[in-house]
Amino acid sequence: MAITNKPVQWTPAEIKEEMLKKYPPKVARKRAQSILINEALSNTTPEIQANVRTIPGIITMRGCTYAGCKGVIMGPTRDIVNIVHGPVGCSFYAWLTRRNQTDAGETGENYMTYAFTTDMQDSDIIFGGEKKLKAAIQEAYDLFHPKGIAIFATCPVGLIGDDIHAVAREMKEKFGDCNVFAFSCEGYKGVSQSAGHHIANNQVFKHLVGTGENAKTGEYKINLLGEYNIGGDGFEIDRILKLCGITNIATFSGNSSYDQFATAHKADLSCVMCHRSINYVADMLETKYGIPWIKVNFIGADATAKSLRKIGQYFGDKALIDRIEAVIAEEMPAVKAALDDIKPRTDGKTAMLFVGGSRAHHYMELFAELGMKTISTGYEFGHRDDYEGRKVIPDLKVDADSRNIEEIEVEADPQLYNPRKSEEEMKSLEEAGFKFKEYEGLIPDMDKDTLIIDDLNQYEAEKLVEMIRPDIFCAGIKEKYSIQKLGIPLKQLHSYDYGGPYAGFKGAVNFYKEIDRLVNSKVWAFMKAPWQENPELSATYVWE
Amino acid sequence: MLLRHTPKEITPRSALMINPAKTCQPIGAMYAALGIHGCLPHSHGSQGCCAYHRSALTKHYKEPISAATSSFTEGASVFGGQANLLQAIENIFTVYEPEVIAVHTTCLSETIGDDIKQIRDKADKSGNIPKGKTVLYCNTPSYVGSHVTGFSNMVKGMTEISESTGKKNGKVNIIPGWVEPSDMEELKRLATLMAVPFTMFPDTSGVLNGPLSGEFKMFPEGGVTIKELREAGDAIGTLALGEWCSADAARSLDTRCKVPCKVLEMPFGLKGTDRFVDALRTIAGTSVPEDINRERGQLVDMISDSHQYFYQKKVAIYGDPDQLIAMTEFLLSIDMWPVHIVTGTPGVKFEKRIKELTAHLPCEVNVRAGGDMFLLHQWIKNTPVDLLIGNSYGKYIARDEDLPFLRWGFPILDRVGHQYFPTVGYKGGLRLLEKILGLLLDRKDRDDPETVFELTL
Repeated sequence: MAITNKPVQWTPAEIKEEMLKKYPPKVARKRAQSILINEALSNTTPEIQANVRTIPGIITMRGCTYAGCKGVIMGPTRDIVNIVHGPVGCSFYAWLTRRNQTDAGETGENYMTYAFTTDMQDSDIIFGGEKKLKAAIQEAYDLFHPKGIAIFATCPVGLIGDDIHAVAREMKEKFGDCNVFAFSCEGYKGVSQSAGHHIANNQVFKHLVGTGENAKTGEYKINLLGEYNIGGDGFEIDRILKLCGITNIATFSGNSSYDQFATAHKADLSCVMCHRSINYVADMLETKYGIPWIKVNFIGADATAKSLRKIGQYFGDKALIDRIEAVIAEEMPAVKAALDDIKPRTDGKTAMLFVGGSRAHHYMELFAELGMKTISTGYEFGHRDDYEGRKVIPDLKVDADSRNIEEIEVEADPQLYNPRKSEEEMKSLEEAGFKFKEYEGLIPDMDKDTLIIDDLNQYEAEKLVEMIRPDIFCAGIKEKYSIQKLGIPLKQLHSYDYGGPYAGFKGAVNFYKEIDRLVNSKVWAFMKAPWQENPELSATYVWE
Repeated sequence: MLLRHTPKEITPRSALMINPAKTCQPIGAMYAALGIHGCLPHSHGSQGCCAYHRSALTKHYKEPISAATSSFTEGASVFGGQANLLQAIENIFTVYEPEVIAVHTTCLSETIGDDIKQIRDKADKSGNIPKGKTVLYCNTPSYVGSHVTGFSNMVKGMTEISESTGKKNGKVNIIPGWVEPSDMEELKRLATLMAVPFTMFPDTSGVLNGPLSGEFKMFPEGGVTIKELREAGDAIGTLALGEWCSADAARSLDTRCKVPCKVLEMPFGLKGTDRFVDALRTIAGTSVPEDINRERGQLVDMISDSHQYFYQKKVAIYGDPDQLIAMTEFLLSIDMWPVHIVTGTPGVKFEKRIKELTAHLPCEVNVRAGGDMFLLHQWIKNTPVDLLIGNSYGKYIARDEDLPFLRWGFPILDRVGHQYFPTVGYKGGLRLLEKILGLLLDRKDRDDPETVFELTL
């Protein structure tokens, strides 16, 4: 079977050269800086080019700022009416297309199954769309009386100069009992959806956080930042947190509600899952309200246990620490049993991960648990700090594309600022090896001579797969079928191929089973018909 | 309830569209362009447009959808997208080596007023379009019409390279409209059975229903070739299926190259297919073979066999104008009653035609062009139906109202089959009836009390 034969071994330098060879010189020069052959240096992390413009004409995986803002960050909140101001398409494509699950109960407010748009027509483009937007907000208010209405700008809105923020202010004042706020998330801003995450989070911080009083009650109050409840990941994490006795005040933004955002300032610790999409909110929560933050990862059974222990150590309460250990002890046998069964079939296999701004890093943990090596990886919209760690943040260049994304200045709130730990307590935790605000990025976890590639495109993906033939490739829906046509299974790590959850302990078991199914599927052996495998024409008949 | 905030009481809305029954022009242009052999569709706008369209088409077909984008930045939006498009054309021809690039615009590039023809000509002059390669384009402002308009505009864009040599080549142009690759295959089969020489465009069969063979071909075997498109100007006639999808291209060929055209409603169901076959026979001057008569007879037979289950059942349908008109006629021909009909695509002609078709029904018929699925759902709450037909978004209404639901239209995100099995033609009619009947009888078998539960139906 020619198809499954591993071809000649290419060196990483040869692979890189091969990927660049066909490009026009300018494109090759630019892409060369985004393709890193990992050197595994002992003291420093090699530098990679990231968060730069996509090259026109090169088939990218990336989406736009609107997708990052409306689709990713604001999509999962169930009780805000999200009105997309623009032609119909942008609202249509963000309608139920991300798998954010939510639990609104039998009667709770849930607008996630709806798509709202001003459906701008050419007359609105010519004469301005503010009047129509106001009327649309009024109609939404009259129909639903929601707590909040959010307005999202699409490309033409910025160009024709509709002042969506003024409209939002006016309508908010008019209603009195409905918070109306707007997002200038035109698709052309920034270089990827990452700019949209930032725009969304800034507005959530400005218009929602700190406005509510009645937070959930309970002990050990945390916020979970950057967890979007794809395929029920957030449900599984909440299940575990509950077992441990930890109270999750607000998830940003999986399975979230207006009131959760509004009371996020009541938590005592922020736990950051997706560093890329939300690390700045964690910083702002600390500066304004005194809530420290740590990086966690609930993707992977070991990573989950580690993250829980980190939370336990932060609160420093023996009852909590014991309960966390009891939960881990209770959950791990099922994980181990699954691994004992599955790992012999996955051990030694290879994976490539090109997804997101943190997922490509998180999922390496799950593959490692299966004995699978990640041989090439990269982000779709990550920044250098997601690759090289937060230490590079002071050195990041501010270019024309990042300058137009608002950075909000935050100060300690005169009434609500309350440092959760004294300086001494923080210091003694740090001395004991506890790390606040720390993320070392993806590169240190990759082996020497692996390829780390930012904003991998269709052409490079095809080359990589043809030359290295990994056992599995992880990306999104746009990449799925071109890779699978080559006979390599592709696991979607945006939508999980409609499966999941993959977070937490139960999620890890789901993932092991899914990867076992994919890499050991019979289908990859069916691609050639018998007569294609043995095309000889002559035959010997038994009766001859 | 999934759509728990939809009230039964209908209040007029003038500005807020809720749960659209349409999307924007560019995706239609992208789909049409995939029906050209060796073509890479190109979206001149923000990269998000291209990403969304590729995702939607990929989910609908479960096939790779290759398309490129100009990846506008804020700077390009201010200074114009010419530099981006020129660079894109150079990169695409160098890296992906397509035969054709089919450029469509977006609301962004339309609002700033980029002149695609001028940019294309500039690329040509500066040698960025290799010899023998083609750059087609069309304008698809997202704030006009719908995805159907964009499809129509790209098909019209294709005919702009057609030339008339003054000598007819004996072929018939068939413009199938926005139907599935399987439908295009079926129409080609019928034309071949009738021995009609034809050119079909666009033709996504062989492009979006490809095999899994261990090879990835960015440009599969299928699609209309540039040569065929050029020669379309010498055809003896054009048969355009669907006023919204196909008529503009056909009329443009008529005007520019003097190829007479006939615009028909889409060939879904018995009467639509009858008209298609009859028109094709007349234009080409061939006779209809017995094979086709037999297929037609089978469809009539199935209507007769199962009529009791269709009779006077109420149906709600939503989707695109050409499809809805044909489906309405088909449902009426089997004595079902389409009572709520919504398209998001604007156009007064649609409402007029549906009213004409349903005029004889003894019940009230709600029809709306430029409507949305929120309104459709409210109508259903007020006058319940026995069956819902439309794209995958209807599953939320179907579940809340406990309705049998036939997925038909675009996009279908949660079922397969539309890539491979046609719903046009007599064979397609059989498939539609089989599906409708299955849904109605499954419901009957689920709901009938044990005392009247039947083995034979």
